[in-house]
Amino acid sequence: MQVSTHWRLQEQRYNLVGETCEHCNSKLFPPRDVCLICEEPAQELFTFTGLGEIYSYSTIYDAPAGFEHNAPYTVALIKLNEGPLVTAQLTDMDNDELTIGQPVEMVTRKLRTDGDEGMIIYGYKFRPAI
Amino acid sequence: MVSIIGIGKTTVKEHWDTSIRHLAWNAIEAALDDAHTTAVDALYVGNVLAGRLSGQAHLGALIADFAGLRGTEAVTIAASEASGGAAMRQAVMAVQSGMIETALVVGVEKMTERTGSEAVAALASQLDADYEAIHGMTVPAAAALLMRRYMYENDVEVGNFAGFSVNAHQNGRSNPEAMFRNQITAARFSTAGPIADPISIFDAAPYGDGAAALLVTSRERALDMSPHPVLVTGSAMATDTLALHDRRDLLWLSAAEKSTKAAMEMAKVSLSDIDLFELHDSFTIMAALSLEAAGFAERGRGWAMATEAGIGRDGTLPISTFGGLKARGNPIGATGVYQLVEAAQQLRGQAGDCQVTDAKVAMAQCLGSGGGTAVTHVLRLDEW
Repeated sequence: MQVSTHWRLQEQRYNLVGETCEHCNSKLFPPRDVCLICEEPAQELFTFTGLGEIYSYSTIYDAPAGFEHNAPYTVALIKLNEGPLVTAQLTDMDNDELTIGQPVEMVTRKLRTDGDEGMIIYGYKFRPAI
Repeated sequence: MVSIIGIGKTTVKEHWDTSIRHLAWNAIEAALDDAHTTAVDALYVGNVLAGRLSGQAHLGALIADFAGLRGTEAVTIAASEASGGAAMRQAVMAVQSGMIETALVVGVEKMTERTGSEAVAALASQLDADYEAIHGMTVPAAAALLMRRYMYENDVEVGNFAGFSVNAHQNGRSNPEAMFRNQITAARFSTAGPIADPISIFDAAPYGDGAAALLVTSRERALDMSPHPVLVTGSAMATDTLALHDRRDLLWLSAAEKSTKAAMEMAKVSLSDIDLFELHDSFTIMAALSLEAAGFAERGRGWAMATEAGIGRDGTLPISTFGGLKARGNPIGATGVYQLVEAAQQLRGQAGDCQVTDAKVAMAQCLGSGGGTAVTHVLRLDEW
């Protein structure tokens, strides 16, 4: 796995930096440069608060390479307070207590490791809002 | 217009003793035999993961050579699990344009070169690598996110989806090329072990090795060459955002809606004209959402069609008539071609125990990455 692949995403992974559309004021995450809503150029950076709620979730039992040691783990679609959905893992919570609509907040955690001697990749996960 | 004059396919299973080139050749040989010709002017290969699972890129040249077509124009078409349908669309456009007289389509996938977590990771490369797969997302989990939200918004339970899998396995029992030919019950469906909850092993289509092939040529030539040419009356492809989180409406397959409408408009048919629908039942939620996007069910009510009276062989709209992805098996880049081969068998009246009575118009639709790509074809038997 290339260092550059992850290095170039550091502002998104660590700080939830997306974009705001100067035409329709939509907030965009991930950043995409052309607005998802009005399809006009959108390149002004916008930092999200990291607050949102669970929109949908699933606990994964059959994990891909690089994640085997985490299984079972829970992925979710989080509806950020500013509007967009984001895909992320849930952490610091009991799987039996999950509900759609539950308030969550972003935290920084280890996403995966690349073998014993490879990179450790950090990024956003979400936990119950405190 | 363009017609199908030859069809061929292999059994979907774990072909441990067969390489990707041999799999492709087995299907191609059957299609050429069926058409009684070896004249091919272009080859379109539908495949997703050969580069990753077999370490083999450039299938166009490899398979053209191996199939005795050295020198023939050939290219690989990739659109996730819609690759097979996308390859067919390229063939239809090539023949329709007049630049190619006869085009060969082969969908081939060799899933079993990697197993376990390596295979799960390879499949997850169909998701958004930077914003989905890096979070440990998998293909079943993506479907699970759709299913959980669907259940929440429409107040339905896991058991309400059982009918899709029960029907698929019921039909798969009659298909000698199906991966699974066992019956399952609704009761077992609801208690099956989870892969990515609420998706269980009885909800998810099994991945298997397989290849299927189609030979297409102009309508006029087909009428001379074939006793039962199958006319491609509609063909359309559309895309949506790759990542689920970017969809404007998470529970609406807009690419499926667009390609269905366009293909049906081209074919000049309405929903009530469709005698059978080979849809992309990679997971039961995808079957429900496909029925809704096509207009066969109201939004939020696709699950309610999953009864024998709704989707069974003698039902209102037979689906997955050879077992669908769920029981025939899902060799991902080949799946769209299997659907078309099966639809052609139905229209020719050659579907054996899978035969839908009086099948005149068939629709086949494959979806890549949970609706990121949708390819829809409408077929009917041609006659002088």
